[in-house]
Formats: sequence, structure tokens, C-alpha cells
Amino acid sequence: MSHHDAAHAGGAHDAHGDHRPSIYDPRRWLFSTNHKDIGTMYLVFAIIAGLIGGAMSGLIRWELKEPGITFLPHLVHVPHAILEQVRLGVMNADQLWAWKVDAAKHFYDTLVTYHGLIMIFFMVMPAMIGGFGNWFVPLMIGAPDMAFPRMNNISFWLLPVSFTLAMISFLVPGAGDHAGFGGGWTLYAPLSTNWGGGATPFSYHDGPAMDFLILSLHIAGASSILGAINFITTIFNMRAPGMTLHRMPLFVWSMLVTVWLLVLSLPVLAGALTMLLTDRNFHTNFFNPAGGGDPVMYQHLFWFFGHPEVYILILPGFGMVSQIVSTFSRKPVFGYLGMAYAMVSIGLIGFVVWAHHMYTVGMGLDLEAYFIAATMVIAVPTGIKIFSWIATMWGGSIDFKVPMLWAIGFIFLFTVGGVTGVVLANSGVDTSFHDTYYVVAHFHYVLSLGAVFAIFGGFFYWIPKMSGYRYNGFLAGLQFWIMFIGVNIVFFPQHFLGAQGMPRRHVDYNEAYQYWNNISTIGYLITAVGVLVFLVTLVEMFLVKRKAGANPWGEGANTLEWSLSSPPPFHQFNELPVIKPEAGH
Amino acid sequence: MAHGDVKHDYHLVNPSPWPLLGSIGALFLAVGGVVLMRGVGEGFFLAKGQWTLFLIGAAIMTITCIGWWGDVIKESRAGDHTPVVDIGLRYGMILFIASEVMFFVAWFWVFFEMVIFHDNRSSWIIAGDPEAMAAWANWPPPHVETFDPFQLPLMNTLILLLSGTTVTWAHHALQQDDRKGATLGLLLTVLLGLAFTYVQFGVEYPEAGFAFGNAGEVASANVYGASFFMATGFHGAHVIIGTIFLAVCLLRLISGGFSAKKHFGLEAAAWYWHFVDVVWLFLFTFVYVTPYLTMQGN
Ligand code: HEM
Ligand SMILES: [Cu+2]
Repeated sequence: MSHHDAAHAGGAHDAHGDHRPSIYDPRRWLFSTNHKDIGTMYLVFAIIAGLIGGAMSGLIRWELKEPGITFLPHLVHVPHAILEQVRLGVMNADQLWAWKVDAAKHFYDTLVTYHGLIMIFFMVMPAMIGGFGNWFVPLMIGAPDMAFPRMNNISFWLLPVSFTLAMISFLVPGAGDHAGFGGGWTLYAPLSTNWGGGATPFSYHDGPAMDFLILSLHIAGASSILGAINFITTIFNMRAPGMTLHRMPLFVWSMLVTVWLLVLSLPVLAGALTMLLTDRNFHTNFFNPAGGGDPVMYQHLFWFFGHPEVYILILPGFGMVSQIVSTFSRKPVFGYLGMAYAMVSIGLIGFVVWAHHMYTVGMGLDLEAYFIAATMVIAVPTGIKIFSWIATMWGGSIDFKVPMLWAIGFIFLFTVGGVTGVVLANSGVDTSFHDTYYVVAHFHYVLSLGAVFAIFGGFFYWIPKMSGYRYNGFLAGLQFWIMFIGVNIVFFPQHFLGAQGMPRRHVDYNEAYQYWNNISTIGYLITAVGVLVFLVTLVEMFLVKRKAGANPWGEGANTLEWSLSSPPPFHQFNELPVIKPEAGH
Repeated sequence: MAHGDVKHDYHLVNPSPWPLLGSIGALFLAVGGVVLMRGVGEGFFLAKGQWTLFLIGAAIMTITCIGWWGDVIKESRAGDHTPVVDIGLRYGMILFIASEVMFFVAWFWVFFEMVIFHDNRSSWIIAGDPEAMAAWANWPPPHVETFDPFQLPLMNTLILLLSGTTVTWAHHALQQDDRKGATLGLLLTVLLGLAFTYVQFGVEYPEAGFAFGNAGEVASANVYGASFFMATGFHGAHVIIGTIFLAVCLLRLISGGFSAKKHFGLEAAAWYWHFVDVVWLFLFTFVYVTPYLTMQGN
């Protein structure tokens, strides 16, 4: 917690002599070296990517509404050669439909794949780390900007490049005639490989789509690593006088742990992706048993990155929820140090649990036992966090403003996802649940209902600060309730589907699963209305321009950003604030 | 560089075109790379094996590097690198090296996984794939003739260790303001780096008793060759990058850059060089010596 007193902030000095370029000056954005402008670009990027990824999930849900392959065949791209055959009468209408159904299967697989990748790499990470991290880490530690402002800009601009490559990948041939890569966001070998040299008689994805995807992720990874280096340096080197590590706001702590995970895990993914690339293009056999390699080794390398990655997606959310809960309970966070070190230990343990994603590969009982135990241990610091949030609210005078609604929703629903995680941690149970909708339900509870709730909470918490305007409380509240209901209807039934054995990543299903799939799709429609209300709220806010003061939240909001004007000056803290220890801490 | 109202020593960098340009370069490199490897269409720009887009990307990247780091040097001369900024640069370099270390972890992973678990794998029951069983049964696999580590590889180890001492010499000389000594030390380091690269890529690689890709009959032994060449090859690439880094420092030194007090560019190059050195020691131990001794024991 920042124990700082608004009177010492020096906000008054900042407004003076501040040269803010026009928002219509393209150079302000293209060449930016300003952490707030770069943060804004990240947020806009994340919203756009989120809408695209969300549209993909709509197609998925619409196809799954009924058993059979009924919807996507209408959408697939029919190549010229096939149309020609229809014109010449070589292919009749039934045969054309059969061709489309076949193409729809692959199309479905690509939708699942790109939905996952977009939401993780182009929505949640840019919003949390690039957007809120950039905006508020410097503000909260009393720094004028990030440590490497120019490098900050390339971290951002590499993302549209990476996204472009992913979209190219979506459209160019992936498997035979079919466009895109359909092997899932985990890019498992051998689905993602293409062995030349005749070692294997077949290949799943022989087209360039997978190669574009590999390079897309390489570049997204480079962007994140550079960003992470920037954050660590900023936090270690640019804290204002008196802002000791143990006085840092918990959001800054959460970012610190997150970016360490990035620096240490992403390069391992880069290695695995490079192996895929050489397996595909240079006849190596890292993941081909016939050449002495092993696809299971890909899984190890991937999940050594992948499990830290899922914590990368949630830790900033932990930080935001802590700020919000404390602000609207008008109390410091309960057990501040415990909260900080719980995140540190989650980060550390997160590096040694990866094989809980691989219980079914046959790794042997000893290893399974180890990974079960290690995974369960993470539930302890996670529990510390949940109980400390509750204890913070306990006896506080709680103000149920929109950010607080999202934060409470987060605590509630993230816990559901955490609990199903502990279920899955048992390899005996997971042998049945692995690759079923139970897993889908688990990770959507921690991500869509956890991370995304945290993002919305952070958004409404900080939007008055970032834009200078207050949102319409009715519209924003409406969005919360619609989405809260919608996403639960989407994902709660998926627990049942998983328990009944419905496999994930399949375009079609047995009629026995129809009931809950139908409900789930209805939930999607409700959620989509919520997203629409969000967009309306945004537009309304910028049209009506209700001025937000420096601190719209009152005494509970005592971190440094609230001592500045809204929006903050272009360059803040020309004179560094001095943080004084607060009595009683 | 506090000026005007600014009362702190941090460096607020001016808006810069390089990040955007570099990102565009990355886009060209990536698309060009896929064109080169697989082709995505017809013609001069898109057909398999066409270098055009890739080279455009490489050119943009080169311009970006020169422009960007040129600006950094200018800013340093203008006094923007105050003591606190200097500490930041150090953090940045250390973290960059840390991420590089983790990149090598991925390549070592293959070796350790195969050394430790190849036996487990060969006892799995995979119906109908005797080829896989045979490939996993031994490590290093049959048909692989490992290098004798105590010949060329040992020499290269000594070359790199020696270069580690010459770069330290250069650094200490510069600290004593002995610019001639520093120049000589750096020059020697660069030459040793070049010697290492020549020995590795020019002499050792062509003599390898195993292939990079699965060229026919040695297919079953391939993971050894693939991981050997990728691990040592990436190391070799880092040696080349480090050599360029040191050579740039040498040029800056000769043209009057650096002072006895301020020479972080040189220190960063030296850190990078030591990192490359340490990676090599691991490679030497686990990729050259251990498999060789195992083979001797067989
Ligand atoms: C109490 C903490 C948690 C435990 C014990 C846990 C455990 C697990 C286990 C065992 C699996 C593998 C299931 C299977 O594939 O059969 C899994 C999957 C997954 N978890 Fe968690 N988890 C926890 C928290 C989280 C969090 C916080 C996130 C992210 C915000 C997350 C995201 C995921 C994702 C994305 C997958 C699916 C990956 C895939 O196969 O595509 N989990 N979890
Ligand atoms: Cu996990």
C-alpha cells in the first residue's frame, strides 16, 4: 500500500508547464515515448482484438447450439476450383454441401485455436500489462515515465505486427486446401508439425499458416520480454523517495511478479517454437519419434511456459482487485505483506507444476504424484489472497460502485475456477476430465470470469483518471449485471457437459449433450448484449463529457495516481513526490 | 539533465521513429521468412525461395539498429545518462541476458531430457513403431559419431576463455584511462571471437559425424544432430553478435568515445561476452564431453 498523503503529492506543480500534443497529431501516437499514450494505444488494441476474438467465440457457440454440423458450412470459403466443378456439373449440390461440411470441421478447429490465442496474447495481456501496467505502474510509484520510454513503444508496435501475422495465418492455407491452423492454442506436435524427408507418411498442417503463427508468437514474445524488462527496471530503479518495496501498491507488486514470469518463461516458448519451425522446414526431428525426438517433449517445453503464462494472465487482475476492494471498503488491504508475498510464492511455485497439463501422456506415477502435490500447494497462497480480500471488506463501509461490483464478481467466480482447478490437479480425476468441457469450464472461470472481470473492474476504476470523464453509472452497472448473468450461463453448464464426458475442441457432439449446449449458447447471446452495452457506455461517456475530479472515489483511493489531475499531466512528477510512512504501519 | 521545471534525473526520451520502423522491419522479416522457407504464392515476392521481402526486412532492421543505437550514443554524450539512468541501463542489460539464458534452457532441455529419460521412452509400448524404439534405445543414438571433445572443442574453449581475459584487460585498462591498452585488449578479443567462429563453423561443423536434418539413413539418430547443431549454432550466432558488439565498442574507443568513468556500452558488451562464454562451458561439458565419455564407456 502506498502510505502517502495527497498534500505531499505535488500535483499542483505538474499542471504547470505541461505541453500536451494534440490527439490529432499522428506523431504523438506513432513515435510515442509517453507511458500514458502507449498505455492508451494498448487498451484500444486490446478492445479491438477482444471484439474479434469474441466474434470468433460467437461462431463457435452458434455451431454448438445444435448437434450436427449445421452452421459453419454456410460460412466456409469455397475455392474457385470447387465452384468450377459445380458449374460444370461435376459436383452436385449434395456433394458441394458435403465438401462444405468437411471444410467446416477444419474451420471450427481454427476458430477455437485463434480465439484462444487472440484472447490470451492480444486481449488479456495487452490490456492488463500493456494498458493498465503502462498507465499506472509509473504513476503509483511516483515516477515520471517508464525506464525505457522508446523501448516501451516498440513493445507496443510489435503487437499489431504480431496480430497481422496471426490474421495472415488465419487466412492462408493451413491443412491442405483449408485455411488456418487448427491444432489448438497449445500448438501441440504433431498437429503443428510437417515432417519432410519421408520419416512420416502424413502431415497434419503442411501449409504456411502454421509458420506464420510461429513467427507471430515469436514477435508477440519479443514484445512481452522487452516490456517485462522495462517494468522490472522501472519498479526497481524509479520508485519515488520513500516508496520502499514494502510500501508499493499491490497492483505494482502484481505487475512485478507477472513480468518476472514473462522474462523467465517466454524464452523457453521461443525455443520450443523454433524447434517446431526447424522440424517443419529444415527436416529436424525434435518432436518426431522416428528421428529420436518426441512430441511429449514439446508438451513439456510448452507447459513450462504455459503454466506461468496462465498466472501471467491473472496476477495483474489480483493486483487490480486489491486496489479496488481497498478503495471501496475504505480500508487498507488486510494483510498487505501476506498479499504481496502470496503473489511472489504463486509465481515461484508456478514454475514447477507444469506437467499437471500432461497427466495423460504416461509420465509415470512418481512424476504424477510430485506434480499433484506441487499443484495443490499453489492453492495455499491463492487461498491467502481470497481470504484477505474478504477480510478487507469485512467491517468496511462498502461502496458498491461499478468497479467494486466487478471486483466482488471476480472474487466469487475466480474462486469457483480455483476450486475446479484443485479438482483437476488430481491426476486420477483428471484422467477422466482431461480434454473435456470440464477443463474448458475451469479455465473460463479463471479467465473469462476472472481475468476479464478484473479488466473491466480496472477499466471502470481508472477510466475517470485516464480520460478525465465519469462513466454513466446506470449503463455501466447494467453491463455488469448482464455480463455476470450471461457468462455464468455460458460456462456453468460446461461443468456438467465435461462431467458427462463431452470432449473439447469438437465441432459436433452426441445428442445427449444438446440441452446444456443450448443453454450455453443462450448465455453467449446475453453476454454479447453486455458487450454492446459496454460499447454504448464508452461512447456515451466520451460524448457527454462529465468531468471527473482528481479523485472521484474519495478517501479510500489513496494511491499516488489520485493525487494528480484527471487526466494526469502529459509529464507528471517533474518534482518527485516524497512518500512518508503512515502511522501504524 | 534537469532543465526547466524538471527536478529529477530521469531521462524522458524524445518521440522517436525507430520503434515503428523496427516493427515494420519485423513484419517484413517474418513474412519474408515464410516466403523463403515455404512460399505463399507466385512470383518475385511470394514464391518459395525468394529473398526480396526478407532482405527488405533485414535492411529496415539494420537502419533501425544504427539509427536507434546512434541516438542512444548521442543522448549519452549530451549527458542524458545520469547516474540513475545508468543504473537503469544496467538492470536492462542484466535482464536481457537473463532472458537469453532461459532461451538456452530450452535447447539444453532436449539434451537433459534425452540423457535422463531416453531409456524410459524405449520401454514404452508403442505398437508398430520399432523405428521409434530403436531411436530412443541409446543416447547418444547409434550412427552418431560424436566429436572428440579434447581436440577442436577444447581449443575453442581455450580461445573463448582467453577472450574473456582480454576483454577484462580492456575494461581495466580503460578504467585506468590507458586507452592504448584498452584498444589492444578489445582488438584481441574481437580477433579471438573471429577465430572461434572460424574454427566452429569453418572447421568443426563440416567434419560432423551426424546430420542436421534427417538425410536418409541417419534419420533415427537425428534428434542428436538437430539439437547439437541448434544448441551450438545458436551459441555460435551469439558469439557473432557479441563480436559485432565488441567491434562497435572498439570503433567507438578509437574514435574517441568512452571515458575512464563512463563506458557502459563497453561493460554491456563485456557482460554479454561473459554470458556467451558461460553458455559455451555448459555446452562443452554436457554436449561434447559427457556424451563422448558415455560412448567410451559403452
Ligand atoms: C488453484 C489454482 C489452479 C489449479 C490447481 C489449476 C489446475 C489446472 C489443471 C490441473 C489443469 C489441466 C486440466 C487438463 O487439461 O486436464 C488446468 C488447466 C488450465 N488452467 Fe488451471 N489451475 C488453477 C488456476 C488457474 C488460473 C489462475 C488460470 C488462469 C488465469 C488457469 C488457467 C488454465 C487454463 C487456460 C487451462 C487449460 C489449458 C489448456 O489445456 O488449454 N488455471 N488447470
Ligand atoms: Cu497449469
